[in-house]
Amino acid sequence: MNPLQAVAHRRVRRRDAGPASRPARPLAAGQDAAFRWFTVACAATVVALMGALASVFALEAWPSIKEFGLSFLWSTEWDTQNDRYGGAVQLWGTAASTVIAIVIAVPIALLVALLLVELVRPAVGKVVGMAIEMLAAIPSIIYGMWGLFVLVPLMQRYVQPAIQATPLGKLPLFVGPPYGIGVLTAGLILSLMILPFVTAVSRDVLRMVPQVVKEAGFGMGATTWEVTRKVSLRYGLGGIVGAFFLGLGRAVGETMAVAYVIGGSHLFSWSITDPGYTIASNIANEFPEAAGDLHRASLVELGLILFAATILFQLIAQLWLRRVRKRVGGRA
Amino acid sequence: MNATIGQRSVRRRRAADLAVRATAWIGASIGIGAMLWILAEVARRGAKVWSWSFFTQMPAPVGEPGGGVLNAIYGTIVMTLIAAAAGIPLGFFAGIYLAEFGRNGRLAGVVRIIGNVMVGIPSILVGVFVFSVFVRPMGHFSGLAGALALAIIMLPVMARTSEDILNLVPNELRESALAMGAPRWRVILGVVVRAARSGLITGALLAVVRVSGETAPLLLTALNNQFWSWDVTQPTANLTVGIYSYAMSPYPDWVDKAWGASLLIIVGVLGATLLARLILQRGKEW
Repeated sequence: MNPLQAVAHRRVRRRDAGPASRPARPLAAGQDAAFRWFTVACAATVVALMGALASVFALEAWPSIKEFGLSFLWSTEWDTQNDRYGGAVQLWGTAASTVIAIVIAVPIALLVALLLVELVRPAVGKVVGMAIEMLAAIPSIIYGMWGLFVLVPLMQRYVQPAIQATPLGKLPLFVGPPYGIGVLTAGLILSLMILPFVTAVSRDVLRMVPQVVKEAGFGMGATTWEVTRKVSLRYGLGGIVGAFFLGLGRAVGETMAVAYVIGGSHLFSWSITDPGYTIASNIANEFPEAAGDLHRASLVELGLILFAATILFQLIAQLWLRRVRKRVGGRA
Repeated sequence: MNATIGQRSVRRRRAADLAVRATAWIGASIGIGAMLWILAEVARRGAKVWSWSFFTQMPAPVGEPGGGVLNAIYGTIVMTLIAAAAGIPLGFFAGIYLAEFGRNGRLAGVVRIIGNVMVGIPSILVGVFVFSVFVRPMGHFSGLAGALALAIIMLPVMARTSEDILNLVPNELRESALAMGAPRWRVILGVVVRAARSGLITGALLAVVRVSGETAPLLLTALNNQFWSWDVTQPTANLTVGIYSYAMSPYPDWVDKAWGASLLIIVGVLGATLLARLILQRGKEW
């Protein structure tokens, strides 16, 4: 008898000690119902909180929505003196930094996942996997410290001048003096931050591919890369898409690391080497001491857009991940 | 693939395979190298600042060197504990509902999807929410508001992990306990939860770790405090917001303090993560 069963036995024997246990039946049913409803209430709290979040955001953003309408989305104004606000700078900064993060992190994460699942011994894969999990636990403020004091000087002194020396420097995306801070630096930090996370999900997806299917590929004489590309990736495509959107959801709302290096500027610029703002970092810097109600409402409206975007990404991610799990027929 | 069986194409396929393997190794080294670099930088710059007074003294007035971050350490611990006291039980019982009662029901499905979505909500938005419903009506920032924000972040994390962990308990255990006449609630709390004990503790610990490094929601709720305060209804000092304001300050001494506090956070977070893993492994042995 293992200890679990021992626990079960001990517990139950105590109840069955005497004839008193028989009339206890309706009582037990009442207790069960009460316990059940208690847990239902706890679970419903999750739904209620989400509803409260959504309605508070809609309510608090309303003054700004009413005042600026749709033009909020493309107006670059952010004028606390005259109380005129638009979100173009923050929307562009958020989109650009997120795209940079995804473009860098997803391919690397896929390769590392491939390495962990196919190329190294399981023991090594386990250790590296554990390291990745630990790194995902590092708070974003630490990435911000490193970004501001280590990465920014490097960007300013080496990377950005190097970009500008190439023909790329003539593109509107890269013009401007090398500040070090800016959207590109924010994107780089973000890519590092989501890397462990996307790697972990991709690894799980690649692991879900049944061994026999892969062995069939190897039996045909395919190389590891061919099996991965033509069998595993195709098999786990839904999961990879899911991992992609989970990473997107993370990067788009990341606040502190970005707040350190984005530069905090309300001047619109297409250049990703210029300072800018993302939605989350702008809220962090201005919300606590907002100039007035409309200023605050505009920040909440930006938050509402971010809220909607993360919900969308999450739902898409779950949908795709569920597809793979269903096909594999197990829970992951 | 069938047309490519000639000698030369074999060489090409092998070369492609080798190239991908090499790229994977390079990618992994970049990723892990960058992470080690971050950790090393924090350790190097933070260790210089660590001293007895760093942990035991209050912040020194502006311009004066020395002092410590005692009030911030205290504030972070108090807020995290209050948040855990609210968020963990709530999430735990929600997890029990999902795993034991709801299962494949409609409400459970809805809670599961919304819980997953909520885990992905940027924490700063939770800060905005708590500011609107708690800080503004009260008229000022407070440690309690900070704890509330952290609890909201913990709730869905705890609910999802405890469901996953309870699902690992074999059904035979539930059936045998039920067959012996135990009521459902005793089966769940006395048998299922006991069996999953180590996993649940790990999950709770990881939920605490997750919020203990949070900065953005505290910026909008607890803010910061240069002084000591026993009163959680007042603005409360905490390590993470302290790091941010110190790092952004023009004083080198304050920037040093930010590094020292960063190292403290990393040691705490990684230590707790390691502890959680150990507990889980211990639990698996029997």
